[in-house]
Amino acid sequence: MKILVPVKRVPDPATTIRVAPDGAGIATDNVKWVINPFDEIAIEEALRIKEKQGQGEVVLIAVGQQSWQEQLRTGLAMGADRAILVRSDAPLDPLAIARVIAKVAENEKPELIIIGKQAIDDDSNQVGQMIAEMLGWPQATFASKIELNGDRCSVVREVDGGLATVAFPLPAVVTTDLRLNEPRYASLPGIMKARKKPLNEIAVDSLGVDLTPKLKIKVLKTPEKRQAGRKLGSVQELVAALHNEAKVI
Amino acid sequence: MGDVLVFAEHTHGHFPKTTLIAIQAGREMAAKRGGVCCAVVLGASCDGPAAEIARYGVNKVFALEDPRLEHHLADASAQALAGLIKGTGAETLLATATAMGKDLMPRVAARLNAPMASDIVAINDDGTVIRPMYAGNVLATVELDGPVRIVTVRGTAFDAATAGNEAAAIEKVKPELDPASLKMEFVNFNEIKSDRPQLTEARIVVSGGRGLKSGENFKTVLEPLVDELGAAMGASRAAVDAGFVPNDLQVGQTGKVVAPQLYVAVGISGAIQHLAGMKDSKTIVAINKDEEAPIFSVADFGLVADLFKAVPEMTEEVRKLKH
Repeated sequence: MKILVPVKRVPDPATTIRVAPDGAGIATDNVKWVINPFDEIAIEEALRIKEKQGQGEVVLIAVGQQSWQEQLRTGLAMGADRAILVRSDAPLDPLAIARVIAKVAENEKPELIIIGKQAIDDDSNQVGQMIAEMLGWPQATFASKIELNGDRCSVVREVDGGLATVAFPLPAVVTTDLRLNEPRYASLPGIMKARKKPLNEIAVDSLGVDLTPKLKIKVLKTPEKRQAGRKLGSVQELVAALHNEAKVI
Repeated sequence: MGDVLVFAEHTHGHFPKTTLIAIQAGREMAAKRGGVCCAVVLGASCDGPAAEIARYGVNKVFALEDPRLEHHLADASAQALAGLIKGTGAETLLATATAMGKDLMPRVAARLNAPMASDIVAINDDGTVIRPMYAGNVLATVELDGPVRIVTVRGTAFDAATAGNEAAAIEKVKPELDPASLKMEFVNFNEIKSDRPQLTEARIVVSGGRGLKSGENFKTVLEPLVDELGAAMGASRAAVDAGFVPNDLQVGQTGKVVAPQLYVAVGISGAIQHLAGMKDSKTIVAINKDEEAPIFSVADFGLVADLFKAVPEMTEEVRKLKH
């Protein structure tokens, strides 16, 4: 089975994010860049499916700048077979990103696209669902379990108030939630092998899709910081403060 | 011009508070865009829910009825909603960023080739909206360009609409569905039953973190305090990752965002990702044995203590207060 996994380059979740002085973006000095954690879960799931089936191909795709090769190489080191970097130096909005990935998927014809439920930088949670609609494929968002049976797929989804199970024929799009798996680390031999794996670059303009941004960021601001209160000496003091002062219990 | 359609999510014909929040945000959006706010309910038959939501200050309720809409399935629901948007000429489709809203709205956006802003916290007079990014460390002002716009709203950022005496008209619409393209099937919904309030609706939330050390300790140490306070129970991502509690309880960037009157963080260090889900709570209490824990930087009241001693003591003190 061929599985396509879109990958995004994001700041390490432990990085303290600061707005750049001009408000047009974030300050990127001292930022360590990593694969979006939910996309890492997607790569892991694709690798497990391939390992279980004993055959298949895991193809990574990223839509971004030259530097994004670094994250694709990390994914290849985890075990993916090859990678595609669609070069776009201008930032694209979720609709355009989805259109680019859907276009590449039309050529690649994967049976499954597995993608992180959200990128931890813009927190939009849109691209997987948009790809599914553009391709006319079924979708299962927030997956905590994926079961494949021939050309059928059944997915347990983490939703409000419980777990919902949906089923559909392939091809399809699945977006990952936290508990789907625990991603592996790239091994040293994996890193060595990754250097020789194919990483093809495509210019985004060559795909002939509409890239006009419709969601435009005007300005970024730092939210007001909440002030720390005070530390209390005992449980009795705490409960008294909540009762008499904050009047919340 | 400027009309707003609110996706009125319901479960078993009942509207959660998150839906009433969407209605309120939809009314605000319509007022600022010079249009009216209507609601739309989806289902196999929607008489009950349509009549109920009609009392919440909307101009009209559209009831999209079809047997294929009995259960929420993103492909069918997206087709039905996109068809209604085209039919009514509404400018904005709005929902709360619940699991269902997040699942469905981007699909409608793609179908209509319309931009979408997720999880917005404010609507500006000039039509732009404000949304958090980077786990709430950044607030972005964004513009949605096009004749149709999709937004989901953050549940903690708007009040809930209240019911009035007057009921809006209900219009039944046969949804435009293309059966050949509908491939998703509902298998089952395994509901987590709880007598406690919903996390997103509770006045008080008590959350536990990795400091609880086990799922068993959530039950024996944390739950008595939760129940004594009549609170909802939450958890940090670390506690969910460790398998102590289900993901449904996760508060944070990738879980639920809450803003109760009182938030009690027990054994939670206070990673940025957790703060993103609770820092707008009215009063925050932190109980942690590490006095350097970042959670204390947002807490109104901090207690540096061993939670296994402090929590049972606090349960007892709260009990005394009631008698």
